[in-house]
Amino acid sequence: MLAIQAQYKELLSQYLKHQTERNLYLGQNFSRLFVRKNITPEEVISIHKKALEEMDAVTSAEIFTSFEFLTEFMIQYGLALRDHKILLEQQEEMKHEIELAAKVQNTMLRTESANLDGIDIGYLSKPAGQMNGDYVYFQSDDTDYLGVGVADVVGKGIPAALCMSMVKNGLDTLGQTNISPAYALDVLNRIVVKSIADHMFISMFYGRYDNETSLFTYASAGHEPALYYNSEEQKFYDLDQANGLLLGILPDVHYLEGNIELKQNDLIIIMTDGVTECRTDEERFLTREELTEFIFEVIDEPPEQLVRSVYRRLEKFQSFHQRDDFTLAVIKKL
Amino acid sequence: MELTVNIKSENENQVVIAIAGEIDAHTAPQLREELFGVDLNSIQEAVLDLSNVGYMDSTGIGVIVAFYKNGIAKNSEVKLVGLSPRLKRLFDITGLSGIIHVEEA
Repeated sequence: MLAIQAQYKELLSQYLKHQTERNLYLGQNFSRLFVRKNITPEEVISIHKKALEEMDAVTSAEIFTSFEFLTEFMIQYGLALRDHKILLEQQEEMKHEIELAAKVQNTMLRTESANLDGIDIGYLSKPAGQMNGDYVYFQSDDTDYLGVGVADVVGKGIPAALCMSMVKNGLDTLGQTNISPAYALDVLNRIVVKSIADHMFISMFYGRYDNETSLFTYASAGHEPALYYNSEEQKFYDLDQANGLLLGILPDVHYLEGNIELKQNDLIIIMTDGVTECRTDEERFLTREELTEFIFEVIDEPPEQLVRSVYRRLEKFQSFHQRDDFTLAVIKKL
Repeated sequence: MELTVNIKSENENQVVIAIAGEIDAHTAPQLREELFGVDLNSIQEAVLDLSNVGYMDSTGIGVIVAFYKNGIAKNSEVKLVGLSPRLKRLFDITGLSGIIHVEEA
Protein backbone atom coordinates (compact mmCIF):
# COMPACT_ATOMS: atom_id res chain seq x y z
CA MET A 1 0.00 0.00 0.00
CA LEU A 2 2.90 2.36 0.80
CA ALA A 3 4.37 1.83 -2.65
CA ILE A 4 0.99 2.49 -4.21
CA GLN A 5 0.58 5.68 -2.18
CA ALA A 6 4.03 6.89 -3.26
CA GLN A 7 3.42 6.08 -6.89
CA TYR A 8 0.03 7.81 -6.85
CA LYS A 9 1.62 10.92 -5.38
CA GLU A 10 4.32 10.84 -8.04
CA LEU A 11 1.84 10.50 -10.92
CA LEU A 12 -0.44 13.16 -9.46
CA SER A 13 2.34 15.69 -9.01
CA GLN A 14 3.50 15.02 -12.59
CA TYR A 15 -0.02 15.75 -13.74
CA LEU A 16 -0.28 18.93 -11.68
CA LYS A 17 2.96 20.12 -13.26
CA HIS A 18 2.02 19.17 -16.82
CA GLN A 19 -1.59 18.45 -17.61
CA THR A 20 -0.82 16.37 -20.67
CA GLU A 21 -2.77 13.51 -22.20
CA ARG A 22 0.20 11.31 -21.51
CA ASN A 23 0.19 12.00 -17.78
CA LEU A 24 -3.53 11.37 -17.66
CA TYR A 25 -2.99 8.16 -19.57
CA LEU A 26 -0.39 7.00 -17.03
CA GLY A 27 -2.97 7.62 -14.31
CA GLN A 28 -5.56 5.62 -16.24
CA ASN A 29 -3.20 2.66 -16.53
CA PHE A 30 -2.42 2.84 -12.86
CA SER A 31 -6.14 2.92 -12.00
CA ARG A 32 -6.59 -0.55 -13.53
CA LEU A 33 -4.16 -1.91 -10.98
CA PHE A 34 -6.27 -0.33 -8.22
CA VAL A 35 -9.39 -2.21 -9.32
CA ARG A 36 -7.44 -5.44 -9.72
CA LYS A 37 -6.00 -5.10 -6.23
CA ASN A 38 -9.48 -4.56 -4.80
CA ILE A 39 -8.67 -1.07 -3.55
CA THR A 40 -12.04 0.49 -2.74
CA PRO A 41 -13.16 3.88 -4.13
CA GLU A 42 -13.10 5.38 -0.62
CA GLU A 43 -9.50 4.25 -0.24
CA VAL A 44 -8.68 6.01 -3.52
CA ILE A 45 -10.15 9.23 -2.15
CA SER A 46 -8.05 8.95 0.99
CA ILE A 47 -4.91 8.12 -1.06
CA HIS A 48 -5.66 11.21 -3.13
CA LYS A 49 -6.17 13.37 -0.05
CA LYS A 50 -2.99 12.12 1.56
CA ALA A 51 -1.00 12.78 -1.62
CA LEU A 52 -2.19 16.38 -1.68
CA GLU A 53 -1.39 16.80 2.03
CA GLU A 54 2.13 15.52 1.48
CA MET A 55 2.81 17.98 -1.34
CA ASP A 56 4.28 21.36 -0.51
CA ALA A 57 2.24 24.50 -1.01
CA VAL A 58 -0.60 23.19 -3.11
CA THR A 59 -2.72 25.99 -4.48
CA SER A 60 -6.47 25.79 -4.58
CA ALA A 61 -6.27 25.86 -8.39
CA GLU A 62 -4.08 22.75 -8.24
CA ILE A 63 -6.51 21.03 -5.92
CA PHE A 64 -9.18 21.80 -8.46
CA THR A 65 -7.07 20.33 -11.27
CA SER A 66 -6.26 17.25 -9.19
CA PHE A 67 -9.91 16.24 -9.47
CA GLU A 68 -9.44 15.63 -13.19
CA PHE A 69 -6.78 13.09 -12.31
CA LEU A 70 -9.01 11.51 -9.66
CA THR A 71 -11.85 11.27 -12.17
CA GLU A 72 -9.70 9.02 -14.38
CA PHE A 73 -9.61 6.57 -11.47
CA MET A 74 -13.32 6.74 -10.88
CA ILE A 75 -13.98 5.92 -14.55
CA GLN A 76 -12.26 2.58 -13.98
CA TYR A 77 -14.54 1.87 -11.02
CA GLY A 78 -17.52 2.84 -13.13
CA LEU A 79 -16.49 0.25 -15.73
CA ALA A 80 -16.06 -2.39 -13.03
CA LEU A 81 -19.52 -1.59 -11.70
CA ARG A 82 -20.98 -1.96 -15.19
CA ASP A 83 -19.27 -5.36 -15.64
CA HIS A 84 -20.56 -6.41 -12.26
CA LYS A 85 -24.12 -5.49 -13.25
CA ILE A 86 -23.83 -7.46 -16.49
CA LEU A 87 -22.59 -10.48 -14.54
CA LEU A 88 -25.48 -10.16 -12.11
CA GLU A 89 -27.93 -10.08 -15.00
CA GLN A 90 -26.32 -13.15 -16.57
CA GLN A 91 -26.41 -14.92 -13.23
CA GLU A 92 -30.08 -14.07 -12.89
CA GLU A 93 -30.74 -15.50 -16.36
CA MET A 94 -28.88 -18.70 -15.53
CA LYS A 95 -30.73 -19.07 -12.26
CA HIS A 96 -33.96 -18.75 -14.18
CA GLU A 97 -32.86 -21.43 -16.69
CA ILE A 98 -31.95 -23.79 -13.85
CA GLU A 99 -35.30 -23.18 -12.18
CA LEU A 100 -37.03 -24.07 -15.44
CA ALA A 101 -34.88 -27.21 -15.81
CA ALA A 102 -35.68 -28.20 -12.23
CA LYS A 103 -39.39 -27.79 -13.01
CA VAL A 104 -39.07 -29.97 -16.11
CA GLN A 105 -37.26 -32.55 -14.01
CA ASN A 106 -39.96 -32.48 -11.36
CA THR A 107 -42.58 -33.19 -14.00
CA MET A 108 -40.66 -35.62 -16.17
CA LEU A 109 -38.86 -37.52 -13.42
CA ARG A 110 -41.51 -37.42 -10.75
CA THR A 111 -41.56 -40.56 -8.68
CA GLU A 112 -44.94 -42.19 -8.67
CA SER A 113 -45.53 -44.29 -5.63
CA ALA A 114 -46.92 -47.78 -6.00
CA ASN A 115 -49.47 -49.89 -4.24
CA LEU A 116 -49.35 -53.52 -3.37
CA ASP A 117 -51.42 -55.18 -0.67
CA GLY A 118 -49.34 -56.18 2.30
CA ILE A 119 -46.49 -53.83 1.44
CA ASP A 120 -45.84 -50.36 2.76
CA ILE A 121 -43.58 -47.95 0.91
CA GLY A 122 -41.67 -44.84 1.93
CA TYR A 123 -39.16 -42.77 0.01
CA LEU A 124 -37.38 -39.46 0.14
CA SER A 125 -34.99 -37.87 -2.35
CA LYS A 126 -33.40 -34.50 -1.59
CA PRO A 127 -30.98 -32.87 -4.02
CA ALA A 128 -27.94 -31.02 -2.65
CA GLY A 129 -28.60 -28.25 -5.19
CA GLN A 130 -31.63 -27.49 -7.31
CA MET A 131 -31.36 -30.46 -9.64
CA ASN A 132 -31.39 -34.05 -8.47
CA GLY A 133 -28.88 -36.66 -9.71
CA ASP A 134 -30.69 -39.38 -7.76
CA TYR A 135 -33.87 -41.07 -8.87
CA VAL A 136 -36.42 -43.39 -7.30
CA TYR A 137 -38.75 -45.45 -9.43
CA PHE A 138 -41.65 -47.65 -8.41
CA GLN A 139 -43.75 -49.83 -10.58
CA SER A 140 -46.93 -51.68 -9.75
CA ASP A 141 -49.90 -52.96 -11.72
CA ASP A 142 -52.69 -55.41 -11.03
CA THR A 143 -50.28 -58.33 -10.60
CA ASP A 144 -48.60 -59.57 -7.42
CA TYR A 145 -45.36 -57.78 -8.25
CA LEU A 146 -43.81 -54.51 -7.20
CA GLY A 147 -40.72 -53.05 -8.87
CA VAL A 148 -38.40 -50.59 -7.17
CA GLY A 149 -35.33 -48.87 -8.60
CA VAL A 150 -32.91 -46.38 -7.08
CA ALA A 151 -30.30 -44.77 -9.33
CA ASP A 152 -27.52 -42.24 -8.91
CA VAL A 153 -25.76 -40.47 -11.78
CA VAL A 154 -22.16 -39.39 -11.36
CA GLY A 155 -21.98 -35.73 -10.49
CA LYS A 156 -24.82 -33.43 -9.70
CA GLY A 157 -26.91 -30.77 -11.34
CA ILE A 158 -28.26 -30.49 -14.87
CA PRO A 159 -26.05 -33.09 -16.69
CA ALA A 160 -26.91 -35.68 -14.05
CA ALA A 161 -30.62 -34.97 -14.29
CA LEU A 162 -30.56 -35.19 -18.08
CA CYS A 163 -28.87 -38.59 -17.92
CA MET A 164 -31.47 -39.83 -15.50
CA SER A 165 -34.26 -39.45 -18.04
CA MET A 166 -32.62 -42.38 -19.89
CA VAL A 167 -33.19 -44.61 -16.88
CA LYS A 168 -36.78 -43.54 -16.48
CA ASN A 169 -37.56 -44.02 -20.18
CA GLY A 170 -35.83 -47.40 -20.16
CA LEU A 171 -37.80 -48.62 -17.16
CA ASP A 172 -41.06 -47.26 -18.58
CA THR A 173 -40.35 -49.09 -21.82
CA LEU A 174 -39.60 -52.36 -20.03
CA GLY A 175 -42.98 -51.79 -18.51
CA GLN A 176 -43.79 -54.95 -16.63
CA THR A 177 -43.53 -55.37 -12.88
CA ASN A 178 -42.63 -59.03 -13.15
CA ILE A 179 -39.48 -58.31 -15.15
CA SER A 180 -36.28 -59.86 -13.80
CA PRO A 181 -34.08 -57.22 -12.09
CA ALA A 182 -30.90 -58.56 -13.75
CA TYR A 183 -32.54 -58.38 -17.17
CA ALA A 184 -33.76 -54.84 -16.45
CA LEU A 185 -30.16 -53.78 -15.69
CA ASP A 186 -28.83 -55.61 -18.78
CA VAL A 187 -31.19 -53.57 -20.95
CA LEU A 188 -30.63 -50.27 -19.14
CA ASN A 189 -26.87 -50.72 -19.45
CA ARG A 190 -27.17 -51.18 -23.20
CA ILE A 191 -29.22 -47.98 -23.45
CA VAL A 192 -26.92 -45.96 -21.19
CA VAL A 193 -23.59 -47.12 -22.63
CA LYS A 194 -24.58 -45.85 -26.06
CA SER A 195 -25.41 -42.34 -24.99
CA ILE A 196 -23.07 -41.45 -22.17
CA ALA A 197 -19.70 -39.64 -22.09
CA ASP A 198 -16.54 -41.50 -21.04
CA HIS A 199 -16.45 -40.08 -17.54
CA MET A 200 -20.15 -40.55 -16.86
CA PHE A 201 -21.95 -43.56 -15.44
CA ILE A 202 -24.98 -44.46 -13.39
CA SER A 203 -25.16 -46.72 -10.37
CA MET A 204 -28.44 -48.48 -9.87
CA PHE A 205 -30.18 -50.94 -7.60
CA TYR A 206 -33.26 -52.66 -8.92
CA GLY A 207 -35.52 -54.96 -6.93
CA ARG A 208 -38.74 -56.83 -7.48
CA TYR A 209 -41.03 -58.07 -4.77
CA ASP A 210 -43.34 -60.99 -5.40
CA ASN A 211 -46.30 -60.94 -3.07
CA GLU A 212 -47.18 -64.54 -3.71
CA THR A 213 -43.85 -66.00 -2.66
CA SER A 214 -42.74 -63.03 -0.44
CA LEU A 215 -39.46 -63.12 -2.35
CA PHE A 216 -37.50 -59.93 -2.92
CA THR A 217 -35.21 -60.37 -5.94
CA TYR A 218 -32.56 -57.79 -6.61
CA ALA A 219 -29.62 -56.84 -8.80
CA SER A 220 -27.10 -54.06 -8.47
CA ALA A 221 -25.18 -52.09 -11.07
CA GLY A 222 -22.35 -50.75 -8.95
CA HIS A 223 -24.78 -49.35 -6.42
CA GLU A 224 -24.39 -48.97 -2.68
CA PRO A 225 -25.68 -52.29 -1.20
CA ALA A 226 -29.23 -52.06 0.11
CA LEU A 227 -29.96 -53.12 3.68
CA TYR A 228 -32.25 -55.95 4.66
CA TYR A 229 -33.70 -55.74 8.15
CA ASN A 230 -34.71 -59.03 9.71
CA SER A 231 -37.29 -58.06 12.28
CA GLU A 232 -37.25 -61.40 14.13
CA GLU A 233 -33.48 -61.22 14.71
CA GLN A 234 -33.56 -57.40 14.92
CA LYS A 235 -30.52 -57.40 12.68
CA PHE A 236 -29.42 -55.65 9.48
CA TYR A 237 -27.77 -57.43 6.55
CA ASP A 238 -26.13 -55.99 3.43
CA LEU A 239 -27.75 -57.16 0.21
CA ASP A 240 -24.38 -57.55 -1.49
CA GLN A 241 -24.78 -60.89 -3.23
CA ALA A 242 -25.42 -59.38 -6.64
CA ASN A 243 -22.83 -56.67 -7.20
CA GLY A 244 -22.37 -55.87 -10.86
CA LEU A 245 -20.64 -53.19 -12.90
CA LEU A 246 -21.89 -49.58 -13.06
CA LEU A 247 -24.22 -48.77 -15.96
CA GLY A 248 -22.53 -47.17 -18.94
CA ILE A 249 -18.98 -48.56 -18.66
CA LEU A 250 -18.96 -51.61 -20.95
CA PRO A 251 -21.48 -52.63 -23.62
CA ASP A 252 -22.18 -56.27 -22.77
CA VAL A 253 -22.69 -56.81 -19.10
CA HIS A 254 -24.82 -59.53 -17.57
CA TYR A 255 -25.99 -58.83 -14.09
CA LEU A 256 -26.49 -61.33 -11.29
CA GLU A 257 -29.47 -61.64 -8.98
CA GLY A 258 -29.91 -62.26 -5.30
CA ASN A 259 -33.03 -63.31 -3.38
CA ILE A 260 -34.32 -62.78 0.09
CA GLU A 261 -37.60 -63.93 1.60
CA LEU A 262 -39.39 -61.21 3.53
CA LYS A 263 -41.33 -62.00 6.69
CA GLN A 264 -43.71 -59.75 8.56
CA ASN A 265 -42.16 -56.39 9.53
CA ASP A 266 -39.00 -57.06 7.52
CA LEU A 267 -37.60 -54.07 5.65
CA ILE A 268 -35.57 -53.40 2.53
CA ILE A 269 -33.75 -50.07 2.72
CA ILE A 270 -32.25 -48.77 -0.52
CA MET A 271 -30.07 -45.67 -0.49
CA THR A 272 -27.56 -43.64 -2.47
CA ASP A 273 -24.05 -42.60 -1.45
CA GLY A 274 -25.47 -39.27 -0.27
CA VAL A 275 -26.53 -41.33 2.74
CA THR A 276 -23.51 -43.56 3.27
CA GLU A 277 -21.01 -40.77 2.66
CA CYS A 278 -22.47 -38.34 5.18
CA ARG A 279 -19.65 -36.57 7.01
CA THR A 280 -19.49 -34.55 10.20
CA ASP A 281 -17.98 -31.07 10.27
CA GLU A 282 -14.74 -32.75 11.39
CA GLU A 283 -14.75 -34.82 8.19
CA ARG A 284 -15.63 -38.06 9.96
CA PHE A 285 -17.66 -40.43 7.82
CA LEU A 286 -20.88 -42.03 8.96
CA THR A 287 -20.21 -45.67 9.82
CA ARG A 288 -22.53 -48.47 8.81
CA GLU A 289 -23.16 -49.14 12.52
CA GLU A 290 -24.28 -45.55 13.07
CA LEU A 291 -26.57 -45.69 10.07
CA THR A 292 -28.25 -48.91 11.17
CA GLU A 293 -28.50 -47.54 14.70
CA PHE A 294 -30.30 -44.43 13.43
CA ILE A 295 -32.66 -46.60 11.42
CA PHE A 296 -33.22 -48.99 14.32
CA GLU A 297 -34.24 -46.09 16.60
CA VAL A 298 -37.25 -45.45 14.36
CA ILE A 299 -37.75 -48.96 12.99
CA ASP A 300 -41.39 -49.16 14.15
CA GLU A 301 -42.44 -46.02 12.32
CA PRO A 302 -44.33 -46.44 9.04
CA PRO A 303 -41.82 -46.29 6.13
CA GLU A 304 -43.01 -42.87 4.98
CA GLN A 305 -42.26 -41.45 8.40
CA LEU A 306 -39.13 -43.56 8.89
CA VAL A 307 -37.32 -42.12 5.88
CA ARG A 308 -38.03 -38.59 7.10
CA SER A 309 -36.84 -39.37 10.63
CA VAL A 310 -33.58 -40.89 9.32
CA TYR A 311 -33.07 -37.90 7.01
CA ARG A 312 -33.51 -35.47 9.90
CA ARG A 313 -31.10 -37.48 12.03
CA LEU A 314 -28.48 -37.47 9.27
CA GLU A 315 -29.03 -33.76 8.63
CA LYS A 316 -28.01 -33.21 12.22
CA PHE A 317 -25.06 -35.62 11.88
CA GLN A 318 -23.62 -33.56 9.03
CA SER A 319 -24.50 -30.25 10.74
CA PHE A 320 -27.11 -29.43 8.09
CA HIS A 321 -24.46 -29.27 5.40
CA GLN A 322 -25.72 -31.66 2.71
CA ARG A 323 -22.94 -32.27 0.18
CA ASP A 324 -24.56 -34.79 -2.11
CA ASP A 325 -28.00 -35.75 -3.36
CA PHE A 326 -29.67 -37.87 -0.70
CA THR A 327 -32.10 -40.72 -1.35
CA LEU A 328 -33.73 -43.34 0.84
CA ALA A 329 -36.40 -45.81 -0.25
CA VAL A 330 -37.95 -48.33 2.11
CA ILE A 331 -40.32 -51.18 1.55
CA LYS A 332 -41.84 -53.02 4.45
CA LYS A 333 -43.76 -56.26 4.53
CA LEU A 334 -46.83 -55.76 6.72
CA MET B 1 -8.69 -29.35 -0.24
CA GLU B 2 -5.70 -29.37 -2.52
CA LEU B 3 -4.77 -32.22 -4.83
CA THR B 4 -1.23 -32.92 -5.91
CA VAL B 5 -0.40 -35.08 -8.89
CA ASN B 6 3.13 -36.25 -9.47
CA ILE B 7 3.82 -37.92 -12.80
CA LYS B 8 7.05 -39.90 -13.10
CA SER B 9 8.36 -42.06 -15.92
CA GLU B 10 9.75 -45.19 -14.28
CA ASN B 11 11.10 -46.49 -17.57
CA GLU B 12 10.16 -46.15 -21.22
CA ASN B 13 7.19 -48.49 -20.81
CA GLN B 14 5.75 -47.38 -17.51
CA VAL B 15 4.50 -44.16 -15.95
CA VAL B 16 3.69 -43.86 -12.25
CA ILE B 17 1.20 -41.18 -11.28
CA ALA B 18 1.17 -40.46 -7.55
CA ILE B 19 -1.94 -38.64 -6.38
CA ALA B 20 -2.36 -37.05 -2.96
CA GLY B 21 -5.46 -35.40 -1.50
CA GLU B 22 -9.19 -35.84 -1.99
CA ILE B 23 -10.63 -36.54 -5.41
CA ASP B 24 -14.06 -34.93 -5.52
CA ALA B 25 -16.11 -32.59 -7.69
CA HIS B 26 -13.71 -29.73 -6.91
CA THR B 27 -10.43 -31.50 -7.64
CA ALA B 28 -11.59 -33.94 -10.36
CA PRO B 29 -11.23 -31.40 -13.21
CA GLN B 30 -7.59 -30.82 -12.21
CA LEU B 31 -6.89 -34.55 -12.13
CA ARG B 32 -8.60 -35.02 -15.52
CA GLU B 33 -6.40 -32.27 -16.92
CA GLU B 34 -3.19 -33.81 -15.54
CA LEU B 35 -4.07 -37.33 -16.70
CA PHE B 36 -4.89 -35.94 -20.11
CA GLY B 37 -1.23 -34.98 -20.39
CA VAL B 38 -0.09 -38.61 -20.02
CA ASP B 39 0.74 -40.00 -23.43
CA LEU B 40 -0.81 -43.47 -23.25
CA ASN B 41 0.23 -44.16 -26.83
CA SER B 42 3.90 -44.36 -26.00
CA ILE B 43 3.74 -46.52 -22.85
CA GLN B 44 2.42 -49.95 -21.94
CA GLU B 45 1.38 -49.30 -18.38
CA ALA B 46 0.11 -46.38 -16.32
CA VAL B 47 0.07 -46.94 -12.56
CA LEU B 48 -2.06 -44.65 -10.43
CA ASP B 49 -0.70 -44.62 -6.89
CA LEU B 50 -3.60 -43.75 -4.59
CA SER B 51 -1.77 -44.34 -1.28
CA ASN B 52 -2.33 -40.73 -0.28
CA VAL B 53 -5.91 -40.41 -1.44
CA GLY B 54 -8.20 -40.41 1.59
CA TYR B 55 -11.46 -39.88 -0.22
CA MET B 56 -12.84 -40.25 -3.70
CA ASP B 57 -16.40 -39.53 -4.78
CA SER B 58 -18.22 -40.59 -7.92
CA THR B 59 -16.81 -37.66 -9.91
CA GLY B 60 -13.33 -38.98 -9.08
CA ILE B 61 -14.35 -42.46 -10.21
CA GLY B 62 -15.55 -40.86 -13.45
CA VAL B 63 -12.06 -39.45 -14.10
CA ILE B 64 -10.44 -42.83 -13.41
CA VAL B 65 -12.94 -44.62 -15.64
CA ALA B 66 -12.31 -42.16 -18.50
CA PHE B 67 -8.55 -42.69 -18.08
CA TYR B 68 -9.04 -46.47 -18.08
CA LYS B 69 -11.16 -46.30 -21.26
CA ASN B 70 -8.54 -44.10 -22.86
CA GLY B 71 -5.95 -46.74 -21.91
CA ILE B 72 -7.98 -49.49 -23.59
CA ALA B 73 -8.28 -47.40 -26.75
CA LYS B 74 -4.52 -46.91 -26.82
CA ASN B 75 -3.44 -50.40 -25.79
CA SER B 76 -2.06 -49.32 -22.49
CA GLU B 77 -2.95 -50.90 -19.16
CA VAL B 78 -4.16 -48.70 -16.31
CA LYS B 79 -3.48 -50.04 -12.81
CA LEU B 80 -4.49 -48.67 -9.43
CA VAL B 81 -2.28 -49.30 -6.39
CA GLY B 82 -2.22 -48.30 -2.73
CA LEU B 83 -5.97 -48.30 -2.20
CA SER B 84 -7.22 -47.71 1.34
CA PRO B 85 -9.90 -50.16 2.56
CA ARG B 86 -12.49 -47.44 1.96
CA LEU B 87 -11.38 -46.98 -1.65
CA LYS B 88 -11.08 -50.72 -2.21
CA ARG B 89 -14.69 -51.12 -1.05
CA LEU B 90 -15.73 -48.38 -3.49
CA PHE B 91 -14.09 -50.16 -6.43
CA ASP B 92 -15.59 -53.50 -5.33
CA ILE B 93 -19.12 -52.16 -4.98
CA THR B 94 -18.99 -50.38 -8.33
CA GLY B 95 -17.79 -53.59 -9.98
CA LEU B 96 -14.76 -51.71 -11.31
CA SER B 97 -12.27 -53.96 -9.51
CA GLY B 98 -13.56 -56.68 -11.83
CA ILE B 99 -12.25 -54.86 -14.91
CA ILE B 100 -9.46 -52.61 -13.60
CA HIS B 101 -6.43 -54.05 -11.84
CA VAL B 102 -6.51 -52.74 -8.26
CA GLU B 103 -4.14 -53.39 -5.35
CA GLU B 104 -4.74 -52.56 -1.72
CA ALA B 105 -2.15 -50.64 0.27
